[in-house]
Amino acid sequence: MASKLKFDTVKVGDPIPTVKIDNVARPDFVRYAGASGDFVPLHYDQTFVEAAGIPTVFAQGMWTAGCLSRCLTDFAGAGQVRHFKVRFARQVWPGDTLTCRGTVTAKNEANGEKLVEGELEVVNQKGEATVKGAFRVAAA
Amino acid sequence: MMDKSIVGKTGKPFSMPIEWGKVREFARAVRDPNPVYFDPELAKKECGGVPIPVTFLQTSAFWQTAESMPPLDMFDMRRILHGEQEFEFFKPILVGDTLTGVARVADIYEKEGGRGGKMTFLAVETTYTNQRNEKVARARFVLVETGQAVGG
Repeated sequence: MASKLKFDTVKVGDPIPTVKIDNVARPDFVRYAGASGDFVPLHYDQTFVEAAGIPTVFAQGMWTAGCLSRCLTDFAGAGQVRHFKVRFARQVWPGDTLTCRGTVTAKNEANGEKLVEGELEVVNQKGEATVKGAFRVAAA
Repeated sequence: MMDKSIVGKTGKPFSMPIEWGKVREFARAVRDPNPVYFDPELAKKECGGVPIPVTFLQTSAFWQTAESMPPLDMFDMRRILHGEQEFEFFKPILVGDTLTGVARVADIYEKEGGRGGKMTFLAVETTYTNQRNEKVARARFVLVETGQAVGG
């Protein structure tokens, strides 16, 4: 299936579609635990985290990464992502508002495909990066 | 303690069927309203079937048994952080596929931590093939064993 991203019109430095995640809340972490099978108690068990000296449960890094990955499928279409990499920089807490965004950094061709590469980040309401990443998607 | 000899060790292959219900649930969990995950007719037209969300291979947690993980028991799980995660895709993965995953210890190394104390990094790569024996994806994660409990 063809990418909805046009190789000839995209330019290095272009922003990719932004995804805003309003009001991160504990049910997000519970839902993600059930959906992903990540049952590390740091993300839903308040008694456990308080005993560990942490004020509250916080998001699974991969929940935030999953929210971020939507920028890529909004940009190029589902099934067009060739590479997605994230590094976790800072916790995401209940009540945070996140902005998932990215920028095109390179265009090239390999294995008969037109490819667009870039960098990604998720920032919180204070402008702090919580996740940093990189991507490669197929273009038409 | 760091044990370089675990590099290259693999877990037993595990089977992972790609199910629509799980794909829908996962898309909702990461707040992704893209109709290709919710409308199979549309998905068939656009993608040849219902595709998986980019990070969906994380649900291998439901299919991997202890035997299909490489040996990690030297790590103190109370001091473990998920440092990095990476996915590469070589062919489409659609609902109805059955994947076979093999996890392998790719690397282990140490660095001095910022607040003192050694940090140990462990990279594990899982390679996925489909029911036609085509290599479809590779997932890689890096775990970090810190000098102290996480979250502080």
